[in-house]
Amino acid sequence: MTVVEPRPLDSFIDNDEKPIGYGRMLRKEDPRFIRGKGRYCDDVQLPGMLHLAILRSPVAHARIVSIDTSAAEAHPKVKAVVTGAALAEKGLAWMPTLSNDVQAVLATDKVRFQGQEVAFVVAEDRYVARDALELIDVEYEILDPVIDARKALEPTAPVIRDDIEGKTDNHCFDWETGDEAATNAVFDAAEVTVSQDIVYPRVHPAPMETCGCVADYERVEGKLTLWSTSQAPHAHRTLYALVAGLPEHKIRVISPDIGGGFGNKVPIYPGYVCAVVGSIVTGKPVKWMEDRSENLISTGFARDYIMRGEIAATRDGKIQAIRTHVLADHGAFNGTAAPVKFPAGFFGVFTGSYDLEAAYCKMTAVYTNKAPGGVAYACSFRITEAVYLVERIVDCLAYELDMDPVELRIKNFIQPEQFPYTTKTGWVYDSGNYEPAMRLAMEMAGYEALRREQAEKRARGELMGIGVSFFTEAVGAGPRKNMDILGLGMADGCELRVHPTGKAVVRLSVQSQGQGHETTFAQIVAEEIGIPPADIEVVHGDTDNTPFGLGTYGSRSTPVSGAAAALVARKVRDKAKIIASGMLEVSVADLEWQKGAFVVRGDPSKSVTIQAIAMRSYGAGDLPEGIEGGLEAQICYNPENLTYPFGAYICVVDIDPGTAEVKVRRFVAVDDCGTRINPMIIEGQVHGGLTDGVGMALMEMIAFDEDGNCLGGSLMDYLIPTALEVPDWETGYTVTPSPHHPIGAKGIGESATVGSPPAIVNAVVDALKPYRIRHADMPLTPSRVWDAMQGNPKPPV
Amino acid sequence: MQVPAPFEYERATGVDDAIALLDRLGSAARLVAGGHSLLPMMKLRLANLEYLIDINDLHGELGYIEVEPGQLRVGSMTRHRELLESDPLAEAFPIFRDAERVIADPVVRNRGTIGGSLCQADPSEDLSAVCTTLDASCLIRGSSGSREVTMAEFYRGPYETAVGDDEILIEIRIPVRPNGSSAYEKVERRAGDWAVVSCGAAVWMDGDVISDARVGLAAVGPNTTGIPAISEALRGKVPSEDLYAEAGAIAAENCTPSTDMRGSAEYKRHLANELTRRALRRSTARIHGQGV
Repeated sequence: MTVVEPRPLDSFIDNDEKPIGYGRMLRKEDPRFIRGKGRYCDDVQLPGMLHLAILRSPVAHARIVSIDTSAAEAHPKVKAVVTGAALAEKGLAWMPTLSNDVQAVLATDKVRFQGQEVAFVVAEDRYVARDALELIDVEYEILDPVIDARKALEPTAPVIRDDIEGKTDNHCFDWETGDEAATNAVFDAAEVTVSQDIVYPRVHPAPMETCGCVADYERVEGKLTLWSTSQAPHAHRTLYALVAGLPEHKIRVISPDIGGGFGNKVPIYPGYVCAVVGSIVTGKPVKWMEDRSENLISTGFARDYIMRGEIAATRDGKIQAIRTHVLADHGAFNGTAAPVKFPAGFFGVFTGSYDLEAAYCKMTAVYTNKAPGGVAYACSFRITEAVYLVERIVDCLAYELDMDPVELRIKNFIQPEQFPYTTKTGWVYDSGNYEPAMRLAMEMAGYEALRREQAEKRARGELMGIGVSFFTEAVGAGPRKNMDILGLGMADGCELRVHPTGKAVVRLSVQSQGQGHETTFAQIVAEEIGIPPADIEVVHGDTDNTPFGLGTYGSRSTPVSGAAAALVARKVRDKAKIIASGMLEVSVADLEWQKGAFVVRGDPSKSVTIQAIAMRSYGAGDLPEGIEGGLEAQICYNPENLTYPFGAYICVVDIDPGTAEVKVRRFVAVDDCGTRINPMIIEGQVHGGLTDGVGMALMEMIAFDEDGNCLGGSLMDYLIPTALEVPDWETGYTVTPSPHHPIGAKGIGESATVGSPPAIVNAVVDALKPYRIRHADMPLTPSRVWDAMQGNPKPPV
Repeated sequence: MQVPAPFEYERATGVDDAIALLDRLGSAARLVAGGHSLLPMMKLRLANLEYLIDINDLHGELGYIEVEPGQLRVGSMTRHRELLESDPLAEAFPIFRDAERVIADPVVRNRGTIGGSLCQADPSEDLSAVCTTLDASCLIRGSSGSREVTMAEFYRGPYETAVGDDEILIEIRIPVRPNGSSAYEKVERRAGDWAVVSCGAAVWMDGDVISDARVGLAAVGPNTTGIPAISEALRGKVPSEDLYAEAGAIAAENCTPSTDMRGSAEYKRHLANELTRRALRRSTARIHGQGV
């Protein structure tokens, strides 16, 4: 039996180096999480609060013939029952999605996926609200569903979106990038071409905390306070103002502690709108919290790309071009959360880390009778799909050329002197130095020894695989010249106020869902103004108390708001310098900044600390001419470009030849996210992302039966990995700062989720080489691996 | 949070009290032991009942593992954790510890019981396969008295058992024979998941030959299945890889798996074969003192 030895408290304290600035330190927010003092949406209790439950469609596609709510309304503890028809009278039955489509808040004409919102009940408690749903009688006329995206555009396919005037098919959008003619020309002349069908199945972020909110509409003031599980409280507030017609200054969105987001909490869900309506109708605060099944079947899914990847190369392994066709399943409504001009997110980075002659992608997106969503699960706006495609197809090429996959990658890397590098699809990679990261990963893994071990094991009939991936991400959306969400530019505000005693408060627009913002941002400010992180309060998640900004997703917090925090601190430091020059009676030019104090150049005995300057700024006595009292500043940072973190991952798996079970034995992850603010937090982000990767590669999938029933509606059916499925992660790093970011930092939140699935799949496919397998689709469950071993690998959909 | 429909709650103070409550409340009542199957079903509103009779206070009365000459008795309220940690049980039947190590997780094992597991009658349930393998019998009691049924009689189909609405499973009885050992093999998609397929085996030796052998499979049919043809094929034979292969082939032929999210029917049939071989091999090795 495993016995856990009690660890002396000292081991934690010793681990805390208490840096004033960057460095390893324990997270400031953790004591409250560890001690159960976090305050989540479901912890919000207000006097007179009512509870809301949503009636959802049991079928994937049906016309609503009638809804009888009389029995539910007659329940003595039920306060309101609202249907789509009632919302339609107020013009609220439909709402815009983040992709300029519309989505039903409550279905009026038809239901278009299993789990779609049909009606809601507001009642005195959660149990009654749920019970009352069973008193609502809905008559459905069942329609044929469209489940297989490949069949969505067939002429005989039922039209899902007949709410859109003139719509006669299930086409959602077409999108292309790159140069088709140039790419085709390279392919036509190439010595070697490889084509592979690759499916990235539908998965779900499944955050530990489901989505929900408490809506409190105060009739006299006309003010709406909404506690909600939102990764983007400011964006949500503006959208509520635009959609519901409520004045924006009368809306306050509060995102309290959030128990995981992964993109699942970016969209505005019908449930939030229902709760607001419920509060307006009843005049009471109304709480709505999804249960686990509701979260899995109705909220933002991820992936669902059916791809064909093609690669052209010379016989000696110089990659020349990549071409891909993608069929994207967007579900019943196009609810993708991505910058408006990027309907496929940042999938355009499918050219990977390689110097190509040409590239082209053609994508067709379709509607199906499945839940909407599409950008979630730490995907960096579809970079997960892009990286998976390129890293799989490069391995397919290595297989065909019988070349070592590492050697093939190194041979084709973009070289350090080529940065900033413009890809054939128009992305400007800011900085990179790929080969040292790859070499470090190989050294950590003992790559040559692993290959020798593999050869010995193969000779004995054992199945061992070594998988490699090398990824480049594009994160930190984004420059306002070409990136916006529903017209809102993706710049972030930040405010910093230093109090008279030298303590400070920094106010952010981004919203932590567990990433450790309260620590990282305090460290960024500390590095710039020399106040210890413990003395810097980080305020976020409340639109009344923070500046405008677009929120946390796509690994954008450090690239965008991190830059804003550094720059606002520098602004404060500049003012402090002028005040210091007055205090020391020297000119500004004679002052030197030593973290935490200004020192007179050449006379180190004369100095003033930032704390003394703060007191002076609020205190008695004159300040230098033209300087106002107080020590604070604000800023709105518009990123010049995205940041491009990269990494080299090596995975080692063993497969039981008898049962086809895959065991991830080792995983080496070398990440380069530029300047490293808190290495412990970075490692935590990487560990989590790698675990996600094991989940997606080996077990996770939201599947449907032919009638459109979701087969992943509980955590018994939708598997997420545990500590027992993952190895001890081996992490390493290189540092290649971003040239345009004020502190040289790049995003890290999603790197491991993006980079790990191809490494794991490549390892499994490598292990199966004796079976002449070139590709097998995720999730690589024992049964699906066994299919591959029988020479019959199957797509998951 | 998923919430169940309204129900009344009763807490039984002893076996007789539990039976009296069942008698009075009839088919609208269900017993709850560990609750790890029933409560999720209630929350998902797959199980709707009027009365829940909590029998956790019966743990004192029905939580035991007694080794006696010729048989081993396990009280129905014995928790998974107690089964996992019992050395006398592991000594008599190592298959129990093998199985308990791969059943769910510590939180579930602290609470779940052998009686609850058997009465749930899930076709993928591990302890059912263990009891089938070991030729156990079940003591059932109602207001009109007690009866003992074999595992084959106990199961009536998926989620259906011989235990009547007004009855309670009291005890599991397992015959103990000399010169034997046992083992359990399971393939799951993730730690703590239900079995894709699992297989128990028990072997008894007489000198160099197998005097008896039994195999029990889970997740390849409506209930856990014992396969008598394997016993017939192995009796009187000297253990060998060929013999295990023969048994594996019989297992694959004699099961009825279906394709679902856990795997294809073909794969499960393959596993029935593979795991049968492994469980027999390990059981035999244990008889010869070759641990694991």
